[in-house]
Amino acid sequence: MAEEMRLMKGNEAIAEAAIRAGCTAYFGYPITPQNELTAYMAKHMLDHQRTFIQAESEVSAINMVYGAAAAGARTMTSSSSPGVSLKQEGISYCCGADLPCVIVNVARSGPGLGGISPGQADYFQSTRGGGHGDYFHLVLAPKSVQEAADLTHEAFDLADQWRMPVMILADGLIGQMMEGVVLPENRELSSLPKKAWAAGGQADTHRPINHVSSINLVPAELEASVIERFKRYDRIKAQEVRYEEVNVDKAELILVGYGTSARVSLGALEMAKKLGIEVGLFRPISLWPFPEKRVAELAAMGKKFLAVEMSMGQMVEDVKLAANGKADVHFYGRCGGMIPTEEEVLAEIRRLLKK
Amino acid sequence: MTEKTFIAGFGGQGVISLGQLWVYCGMKEGKKVTFFPFYGAEKRGGIARASVIVSDHEIASPLVTSPDSAVVMNMDSLPLCEEVLKQGGTLFVNSSLVKVESKRTDARVIKVPCNELAEEIGDVKIANMVMMGALSKATGAVALDKLEVVLKSFFPENKHKFIPMNLKAISAGMAAVK
Repeated sequence: MAEEMRLMKGNEAIAEAAIRAGCTAYFGYPITPQNELTAYMAKHMLDHQRTFIQAESEVSAINMVYGAAAAGARTMTSSSSPGVSLKQEGISYCCGADLPCVIVNVARSGPGLGGISPGQADYFQSTRGGGHGDYFHLVLAPKSVQEAADLTHEAFDLADQWRMPVMILADGLIGQMMEGVVLPENRELSSLPKKAWAAGGQADTHRPINHVSSINLVPAELEASVIERFKRYDRIKAQEVRYEEVNVDKAELILVGYGTSARVSLGALEMAKKLGIEVGLFRPISLWPFPEKRVAELAAMGKKFLAVEMSMGQMVEDVKLAANGKADVHFYGRCGGMIPTEEEVLAEIRRLLKK
Repeated sequence: MTEKTFIAGFGGQGVISLGQLWVYCGMKEGKKVTFFPFYGAEKRGGIARASVIVSDHEIASPLVTSPDSAVVMNMDSLPLCEEVLKQGGTLFVNSSLVKVESKRTDARVIKVPCNELAEEIGDVKIANMVMMGALSKATGAVALDKLEVVLKSFFPENKHKFIPMNLKAISAGMAAVK
C-alpha cells in the first residue's frame, strides 16, 4: 500500500528518511536551522532501539560517526554551516579510511557564526573536500521536502556502495519549510549489505582482525591508495551524475541553480514565459560529481548561462569550468541569509536578454 | 489556481498554527502546498510571520514576495502587509486590533473582528481560526471541509474536546465575509 502523504518540515523528513534507510547510529549537536533534525532523532531513534547520542561538540559527533562507521553501522550526523566546518577534519579522516556515512548540512549564512537564515555559501567547502588532503565525496542537493527525504534515504545506499561519506547539502529554507511528503520505504536491518571490511565482531566470526585507518607512513603505498581511490572517483563521475532540466531546448538563456535557488529560478522561468521570454533551467542534483559533461554539451549548443545562488558566486565556477570558455556565464546572487526573489531573477534575465 | 498568502501577527496569536493548518487542509484537499515560517527568538510577543502557498500545480519558489492575499492579525503588521500585497490583492484585517483604514485603495479589504468573534464563541485564542474561515470563504483556495480530520491529527487526544469550538470559529469567520 502506498504511504499516505504527510505534511513535514524538511529537517523532520530527512530524519525520518534516515531511520527508514536503516540508520542505526546518529550523533549530533544542536544548531539552528537544523535543530528539528536532531530533536526528531532524539525522540525516535530510541523508539527503534537504535543509538542516539547528543555529543559534547560537533568534533565529537563526527568522530563518533567515524567509530560507528568503522564498526559497520549505518551512521549519520547533521549540523549547519559553522558546525559542519568543525566536522571537516573528521570528514577527511572518513574519506581517508573509506568509511561510509551520511552528513547533512542544513546550511545557513556565513562566514563565521554568520546568521541563522538560509545560505548556499558552503558549496566550495562541500564539493572541494573541505578538510585536508586529496579527496572528494558525493554531495546531493535537494530542492524540496520530498527530495530531501528521498535523497537522504538513498544516500545511505550510495555511501555503502562507494564506501565514502555522502553529504546532503540542504539550506535553511529546505530544512525549515513544510511540504507534503510521501516517505520512502522502511528498510529491514537484516536486508542491509554486510560489510566484511568492518572492524570488531571477531568473537562471533573468528575472522582475522580488520584495521580501519587513514594513516600510511610509506609514501609510495599512500600514493598508490590515493590513486586507487581516484579511480573510484572516476567511476562515480561516470555513474552518479544527477540533474534536472526544464525547457533547455527552446531557451537561449539557461538558469543554473540548486536547492532553494532552483525553486526561485523556476518561478522566474514561469514569469518570463508569461512575458513571452523562453528561458531554461538546469538544476544540478549531484553537486559532486558536478554534471560537467551536460553543461559542456549545452555550452557547445550556443546557450548562455545565468547561475543563481545564495552566495557571492561559488557554483558558478563549476559552470564556467564546464563551459570552458565556450559560453557566456553570468551570475546573480544574494548572501547573508537573503534569498533571491523570482522578481529579481526575472529582472536579471530581462537585462541580459535585453527584453 | 495558485493562492500565495502572507500572514503576520505577534507571537501567541496563532499565526504559525494558522499557516500550518491552512496548508495541511490544502494538502488533504489534493493541492500542492508550501509553508515557510519566520519568527523571532522571543517566547511570546515577538513577530510571527508565515508564507503559505496552495496550488493545483507544482510550486516553484516557496517564497512569497508578492502575495495574492495578506492577513493582518495586529496593528504592527499592517504596514508590512500593505507593502508586500500584490496590486489588487485581498487584505484580511483583524479589525478587533487594527482600528485604522488601509492605505491600499486598490486592495479588496476584508475586516474580520477576530478577537470579538472568538470571545463570543468562548476563547480569544481561536481568533486565528476565525481568520482562517474568512480566508477560506473569500479566496476559495482551501475549502476546509477536511478540517475536522486534520485537527484530530494536529492536536493530541486530550485537546480534542476543543475541536467543536474551533469549527464554530471557522464558521463565524466564513459568515463574516460579505
